[in-house]
Amino acid sequence: MTQELRVTNYPQVLTDRPTHYCPGCHHGTAHRLVAEALTDLGLVENTILVGSIGCSVFIYNYLSLDAIESPHGRAPAVATGIKRARPDKIVFTYQGDGDLASIGMAEIMHCANRGENITTIFVNNTVYGMTGGQMAPTTLVGQKTTTSPSGRSQEDTGSAIRMTEIIASLGGVAYAERVAVNTIKNIKKAQKAVRKAFEYQVKGLGFSFVEVLATCPTNWHMTPLAANKRIETEMIPYFPLGTYKDVLAKEEK
Amino acid sequence: MPSRVEFREDRCKGCLLCTEVCPTGIIQQSSRFNQKGYKVVEITAEMMSECKGCAFCAMMCPDFVINVFKSESEKGGAA
Repeated sequence: MTQELRVTNYPQVLTDRPTHYCPGCHHGTAHRLVAEALTDLGLVENTILVGSIGCSVFIYNYLSLDAIESPHGRAPAVATGIKRARPDKIVFTYQGDGDLASIGMAEIMHCANRGENITTIFVNNTVYGMTGGQMAPTTLVGQKTTTSPSGRSQEDTGSAIRMTEIIASLGGVAYAERVAVNTIKNIKKAQKAVRKAFEYQVKGLGFSFVEVLATCPTNWHMTPLAANKRIETEMIPYFPLGTYKDVLAKEEK
Repeated sequence: MPSRVEFREDRCKGCLLCTEVCPTGIIQQSSRFNQKGYKVVEITAEMMSECKGCAFCAMMCPDFVINVFKSESEKGGAA
């Protein structure tokens, strides 16, 4: 006699609702990583989510957590307030690159520098997704967007900002890592990184930051499969994956 | 009985990311459209026996479309 076992086990905190994301968008995968980490660590009931502006603005529809929506770029400031008022709660922000690296640059830098005990999940797809594919601070040199129709020019607009490296250089940061979700191997590493970021918050070590390299097939004008390949061929060479800061790893050495 | 994969076709957006990560390459685009107008993926009945139950497709799918089932014999080993 044989018994059938279900291999896939989607966390309950992930709501049973179709997402509004375009086909092949990595936001869904990033949502699942967060949901799995919170479920594994048993934090679901105790977590407050701070949403941001961008495609991920509706994240509160997909994760059944207590959530608050913040003004554009101000998620780290809102999260700071929540964490200071309720230090017993786990607080995290979920932001895109147009939100975090552009209008929210000041908030994220000072929040990281103060070492606020929160977690930030930063989804970097090198473009403003929701507003129609404008150039973001993280847009790669030469990449065509609606506001850089002949490709981003380094002379006029500089080159893409590497956020994880900047964040890792700040004093209050406990953990900073860049991951991708384009292959199974990278997804497994990303799972560990997101989990670690929340663990560091539970331990009260300070600010934890995970950058997820993601696709935006619609605004890159690519098929989902071609966009997934672009992560490997263009993004990872410029945005190298890996751990940029880990306070516990230093102590062990 | 070998492993089995179920697709929630109404949720599939036809991005085909799952087709690339399948180590046996048995997932393919069907000729069917779902209600939203996306061409959904499928594993044909003959191909299903090659499924190893690794669930890589489910891990890759950004829309939580895929459920993987593995058969287990009474001894506890995979059948």
